[in-house]
Amino acid sequence: MAKHKTPMLDQLESGPWPSFVSDIKQEADSRAKNEKGLDYQIPVDCPDDLLGVLEMSYEDGETHWKHGGIVGVFGYGGGVIGRYCDQPEKFPGVAHFHTVRVAQPNGKWYNSQLLRSLCDIWELRGSGLTNMHGATGDIVFLGTTTPQLEEIFWELTHDLDIDLGGSGSNLRTPATCLGQSRCEYACYDTQELCYNLTQEYQDELHRPAFPYKFKFKFDGCPNGCVAAIARSDLSFIGTWKDEIKIDQEAVAAYVGGEIAPNAGAHADRDWGAFDIQKEVVDLCPSKCISYDGKLTIDNKECVRCMHCINTMPQALRVGDERGCTILCGAKAPILDGPQMGSLLVPFMEVNKDDDYQEIKDLIENIWDWWMEEGKNRERIGETMKRLGMSALIDAAGVPVDARQVQEPRHNPYIFWKAEDVKGGWDRDINEFRTRHQR
Amino acid sequence: MALDNEAAKAEIIKFCEEKSKSKSKFYFNDFTKLFPDEKARAVKKLLTELVQEEKMVFWSSGSTTMYGLAGAGKQAASEGEA
Repeated sequence: MAKHKTPMLDQLESGPWPSFVSDIKQEADSRAKNEKGLDYQIPVDCPDDLLGVLEMSYEDGETHWKHGGIVGVFGYGGGVIGRYCDQPEKFPGVAHFHTVRVAQPNGKWYNSQLLRSLCDIWELRGSGLTNMHGATGDIVFLGTTTPQLEEIFWELTHDLDIDLGGSGSNLRTPATCLGQSRCEYACYDTQELCYNLTQEYQDELHRPAFPYKFKFKFDGCPNGCVAAIARSDLSFIGTWKDEIKIDQEAVAAYVGGEIAPNAGAHADRDWGAFDIQKEVVDLCPSKCISYDGKLTIDNKECVRCMHCINTMPQALRVGDERGCTILCGAKAPILDGPQMGSLLVPFMEVNKDDDYQEIKDLIENIWDWWMEEGKNRERIGETMKRLGMSALIDAAGVPVDARQVQEPRHNPYIFWKAEDVKGGWDRDINEFRTRHQR
Repeated sequence: MALDNEAAKAEIIKFCEEKSKSKSKFYFNDFTKLFPDEKARAVKKLLTELVQEEKMVFWSSGSTTMYGLAGAGKQAASEGEA
């Protein structure tokens, strides 16, 4: 029997999709029955009260949550977000309902034992409700009380070897695709780089000192399975410098119908015979592929859309000279609307042998600039727009490159400095003014 | 100039106390302004030490983090926590 009447929430369950309302009710029932005989450390009816406060918010058309506060685990400035209900008498189960962010395993490589252990901790010490995963990639534990925080932190770090994630003005939990652990397209070892930078920047992850949040994401190839280009302040996207490798025999096998296109991904329906002209050549965004019994690619025009490689993975492979492209400044639409990353470094080697020094130098240059110039609560993408792309390029210490221009004539005013131009120049401003009035 | 740790920490505490009538929480770059010649990372180390010594605390909204003197401003207890 539900603790609160929730007609508006119940209506949400009638739609065609699985409903979070049903999930919360299921957890409420499970806690009420307590078949495992747990000694719940926070109010047993908190999922019921969560539904109650949500229904009340729908009635009132306004939220009943307050967020923010001095909650956290000792020495960490992030990972826990304080949340309080402003109707604690009516809904005592959610009077304090803090969120805990937990770092996800690299590439989300779970085993079932880890998942079970996480659930066990959260059933005992929290609401039992989770969000797998938050937008940044963290495991999100929804709802606990302050006295449980240190206990949860101790068990996560000591029993499961897993850390809290980032929140607040920190480096957020870095996220990576599966990379070379599963995928032949991966142009660099995304998981290794992600892990290395996570360890290197522990202080930035847990002790806030940035103007606002900062996210790294690592995509092994331009398919972008973690959508680094759209969701991270600094995106590392795998690419290659040389040519797409073509196996003409395999191309002929695709054309002859011996190999299923897209690795058989669309084989559940008969789409007719594979038409290389229509399905690959005509779809190339930069029109750099042609086929006349032999497939030819004009590699310098390739924009790395990955379509031809995805369609014929046995015939076409990414080049051998591999590394990553680095883009800066993507963000969600909190201010100014959403923004995609802007290209900062067209190609950088991902070199494990020197502990990724070139990448770390770039990151630290960018942080120093943003910490100095960024306003409070300003993402680096906004600082970049406010002060100009050239200010960022300058601060990052990377060479100016035509590929950093988004489109021709977008901004024709390039102000060269004497030291940027070979030979420089001398100009006498007074002499100039004799010929040009102000 | 190398920073004299104890003196610098005292300066941070003094700054917070002076402002305590109007403000209980501060952005990180309020502190970097106190030490214009120091790198931001040196200032962060001082703040981290002050947190370790339980003289200051982190305050977080979830999206933004600020620093405050321990015990200043609204405390968890006033949210009805034991």
